[in-house]
Amino acid sequence: MEDCLAKKMEITVSEAEKRTGRNAMNIQETYTAYLIETRAVESQIEGQCAPVDSLWRRYSEFELLRNYLSVTYPHIVVPPLPEKRADFVWHKLSADNMDPDFVERRRIGLENFLLRVASHPVLCQDKIFYAFLTQEGGWKEMVNETGFQLKADSRLKALNATFRVKNPDKRFTELKHYSDELQSVISHLLRVRARVADRLYGVYKVHGNYGRVFSEWSAIEKEMGDGLQSAGHHMDVYAASIDDILEEEEHYADQLKEYLFYAEALRAVCRKHELMQYDLEMAAQDLTSKKQQCEELATGTVRTFSLKGMTSKLFGQETPEQREAKIKVLEEQIQEGEEQLKSKNLEGRDFVKSAWADIERFKEQKNHDLKEALISYAVMQISMCKKGIQVWTNAKECFSKM
Amino acid sequence: DTSLAEVNSFSPSVPISPSSMINQYKFEDGPELRDLFITVDDPESHITAIETFITYRVVTKTTRGEFDSSEYEVRRRYQDFLWLKSKLEEAHPTLIIPPLPEKFIMKGMVERFSDEFIETRRKALHKFLNRIADHPTLTFNEDFKIFLTAQAWELSSHKKQGPGLLSRMGQTVRAVASSVRGAVKNRPEMFTEMNNYMETFSQKINLLDKIAHRIYKEERDYFNEMKEYGPIHTLWSASEEDIADSLKGIAGCIDRCCKATEKRMAGLSEHLLPILHEYVLYSEILMGVLKRRDQIQGELDSKVDALANKKTEKDLFSEEIGKLEDKVERANNALKADWDRWKQNMQRDMRSSFTNVAENNLRYYEE
Repeated sequence: MEDCLAKKMEITVSEAEKRTGRNAMNIQETYTAYLIETRAVESQIEGQCAPVDSLWRRYSEFELLRNYLSVTYPHIVVPPLPEKRADFVWHKLSADNMDPDFVERRRIGLENFLLRVASHPVLCQDKIFYAFLTQEGGWKEMVNETGFQLKADSRLKALNATFRVKNPDKRFTELKHYSDELQSVISHLLRVRARVADRLYGVYKVHGNYGRVFSEWSAIEKEMGDGLQSAGHHMDVYAASIDDILEEEEHYADQLKEYLFYAEALRAVCRKHELMQYDLEMAAQDLTSKKQQCEELATGTVRTFSLKGMTSKLFGQETPEQREAKIKVLEEQIQEGEEQLKSKNLEGRDFVKSAWADIERFKEQKNHDLKEALISYAVMQISMCKKGIQVWTNAKECFSKM
Repeated sequence: DTSLAEVNSFSPSVPISPSSMINQYKFEDGPELRDLFITVDDPESHITAIETFITYRVVTKTTRGEFDSSEYEVRRRYQDFLWLKSKLEEAHPTLIIPPLPEKFIMKGMVERFSDEFIETRRKALHKFLNRIADHPTLTFNEDFKIFLTAQAWELSSHKKQGPGLLSRMGQTVRAVASSVRGAVKNRPEMFTEMNNYMETFSQKINLLDKIAHRIYKEERDYFNEMKEYGPIHTLWSASEEDIADSLKGIAGCIDRCCKATEKRMAGLSEHLLPILHEYVLYSEILMGVLKRRDQIQGELDSKVDALANKKTEKDLFSEEIGKLEDKVERANNALKADWDRWKQNMQRDMRSSFTNVAENNLRYYEE
């Protein structure tokens, strides 16, 4: 990763704080603010402790940043934000946005987002991003001044609207299918994982009841008492161990979730290309029809049915001057159209080139990250089994002494 | 041990399940002393105009002199087992008669004649007879012998010979009446301790039974979710190239975890759950035994009181009282001996069951 911001600057989202304030509609609301700390890396190498700059941002500002990046760099797979609301919860986690565990996981997710952007070869150079990290006041105005909202294509919001593209790029079509499949399979996986976690929690916790009853029972037993009592203790340990195990698993789930949202970003790039292609085809079609009209007027032959043709037949032909004027207008439009088409074609080719480069980069990153996540999940499972073996070996010893 | 091998190879048509073989091996009083081997197997259903019922084959092999033959095969139904139990209770009111599997209870999801229900019952009936055989006193009971050896019509006619319905009802009425009278005043300390112990034990064993069932249920729910978990990874691997192998690997591991969970569940349902259930029944039986002991003592006490009030007819009374005192003494001793024996067995059963659970869990985690 060449000369990206992440190398020059240490970025952390170190704290989260509950705040109350008045929003745009002058209604009081509670929200969480996150502290972003940055520190230049170079000075650390010299052995000095560089000063830490910090500022507070709330989630909606992160959203604004991401929207800006998405619109300004349509060919880039922009890193996703952590989820807005807690999803895929299993019973212990609450779905409350103010819940400290949720806030903590969101803090980590936001830090991850900033690091992803800072290590992206293109995105890290964006001035608005840099200002987001360093300039507390006036950042919102700065973003709005770029006028990015005007560039935003409202058609993108219509997620499932189909635009009939006559010559779709096969690669992008495949990629879009892939992103749909990825989204569907990861969300299914996360749902089932949450249910599995719930059940596992149940199994472990009920064993805790053994602990209590064994202890009470041991009070009336003479020879069995000690064995029962100590076995009960191990049952309590077993029941308690599930909390840490599942907390670790939540991090794994978060890693998968990131790629669930990344899939959406990938899909967005495909959609933008689709729209571009559609616009291109529409423009080409428009140009062709204008050229045809021009030809018809010039030669007087009507090849296609047109209302003008009909009316002129009915109400008499136009005067030669009128025709000339029309032809001139059309010729101007045709020239504009051809220029536009040329530039659109160029735009399209550039888009495809740079998009595909970023997609390759993304694929590598995804394969690397997911493989690591799967490995760490396996390691977690092994560690859980090792703990289980330890507890039950101890319990077995106690039982055999009964 | 060749005699055991004989029993196992006796019925080639009916495979003896491993767990019933374990039951045969679990000798309560030392294998060397055994001279009576009993198996319960081959459930068969019989349909008549009035009812449908199941009979079980009871095979007995013995070297004892008092048996005319060395091998017997009879068919018995659940009612016959109930009869045997009540006869044993009658003859030995202060001995601990092993528990019988219960009559059909609605609460379970098991149907009355489902294979699972019949098999569970068969195993329990097998244990019941073997426990009686192992009991130093009960094993020589005459009704027990008839149960094992008589043909169906012989058994029916023998059953009819017992004390009539009315006298049995009378006994029950007296039993209820005496228990209403409250705790016996001269109860020896030992039996009060036993009572207290049984109250707590009964409570705890019931709780353990519930907990174990709950764990089984949770494990089953976990298993059901896990079944869906693995295949998702396989599905995902179909869209991937680089990470396809890792995903397939994980899917395979999850499926193995599923199988291990199944084994663990089976371990629970075959070993721990039945034992806990038996001891729940045992705790009820023991409470009954203690009550009957109290009742016998109550008879003695009331006669002693009567004597204190009626100065005449002393001789008659004292003979009766003497008899009753003997009775109480015998009852107490019998109970004490049996109690010690029961406690030892209970300890051993609990130890082996829970150790078994621990071993199953170890195996589960290792897999």
